[in-house]
Amino acid sequence: MDLELMINSFPKLLNAAVITLKLLLVSLIIGLFIGLFFAILRLNKNIFINRFAYGYSYVFRGTPLLVQIFIIYFGLGQIEYLRSTVLWVILKEPYWCAIIAFALNTGAYTSEILRSAFQTIKPGIIEAGKSLGISNKVIFYKIQIPIAIRQSLPAYGNEIILMMKGTSLASTVTIMDLTGVAKYIISTTFKPVEVFIVAGGIYLFMTFIIHNLIKFLEKKYSFN
Amino acid sequence: MELLAFGDTGWGDELFYATLMTIAVSITAMFIGFLFALIFTPLKLSKNKFLNFIANSYTTIIRGVPELLVIYLFFFGGTGAVMYVASIFGYNEYIEINAFVTGAFAIGIISGAYSTEVFRGAIQSIDKGQFEAANVLGLNKFGKFFKIILPQTLRLAIPNLSNVWQITLKDTSLISVTGLVEIMRQSYIAAGSTRDPLFFYSFAAVLYLLLTFVSMKLINRLEVKYSRGY
Repeated sequence: MDLELMINSFPKLLNAAVITLKLLLVSLIIGLFIGLFFAILRLNKNIFINRFAYGYSYVFRGTPLLVQIFIIYFGLGQIEYLRSTVLWVILKEPYWCAIIAFALNTGAYTSEILRSAFQTIKPGIIEAGKSLGISNKVIFYKIQIPIAIRQSLPAYGNEIILMMKGTSLASTVTIMDLTGVAKYIISTTFKPVEVFIVAGGIYLFMTFIIHNLIKFLEKKYSFN
Repeated sequence: MELLAFGDTGWGDELFYATLMTIAVSITAMFIGFLFALIFTPLKLSKNKFLNFIANSYTTIIRGVPELLVIYLFFFGGTGAVMYVASIFGYNEYIEINAFVTGAFAIGIISGAYSTEVFRGAIQSIDKGQFEAANVLGLNKFGKFFKIILPQTLRLAIPNLSNVWQITLKDTSLISVTGLVEIMRQSYIAAGSTRDPLFFYSFAAVLYLLLTFVSMKLINRLEVKYSRGY
């Protein structure tokens, strides 16, 4: 065990963890909106809209995240037309490409989580709202969405942890996140176990914090 | 389309073999995962606190650390670890482990952590009365486990195991960083030499979709088979 290496690499890895958290936070926020949008589409009775939303979640859940990042980072740059548009400012940056891929990916899972949460809301609750004379719009925003969010908290907590692990793939498109820096240190020192313990420890700590945060929210918003 | 031609002019045959490689690694990894689950599920259910702690550490660490980091650990550390063990037995030559073994083992350990959780959940949700009934019938330990508990566990575990299979299948794409020529690596090579990454990565996505679609259909059949009588 090379304790000195472990101590020396700790601050570097901690700095990289900040990038991991940034990636996670930005993708989760964008992904939540994408997820909510597609979950609402899934509840639509129009079969085409419904199928479209299902297709989106099926494709993004059925293919590896690595493929999605590579298509966006390497693939989209190939289209000449895109290079001449404003979009290119975003797409030439590996950072934004990674975030787009993560957001679309977590959006697909989130839409499934929210859809099932919407569907498990008892019809009696909506009927109660209607009989009180509340408009459909208010029922949706003030009754259905809060209940759905509460219902989906445990599953969404898992999704946050999965997504945090997913951000490690950013290192494949040259971003120096926690895994990227860990790989760099491993390949220069050839001490994989030591670096794994430190980097893995930081990841586990973040998992622990997220896990407890979700537990706290679950308790806070529980019905009883 | 000529990019996908079989033979020397296209990448069709290469991608076909790469797909077979992905399937082979996934199945091997899933199998290794089952072996790990076979060891760790009893430890999780054991009343011994120490054994519990070992099993919980395994599933917590593996499920809380990115797959890519675990793969790097095995890729860079695997050879060293094997040579260290070999040196204890007096063998000091250089040992090279191939990418297939490293990859399947790394993904297998990850898959095993998820399988362990699935089996634990399934066994715990079997009604207590079933264990008692088996005792009352005078079945011995083996009869109790293989005739009563295991069939019911499988029925409950299959839907969740199909999720584990999906995760495992998709995780194999990460082994491409170690140089094993599976779908992702082959697409990377093809994209590099033809300068057409959009086409090849999209095609890789289609291949993965096809694999998940077909395996879901097969698993659904299995589910029907094990749910007979319910």
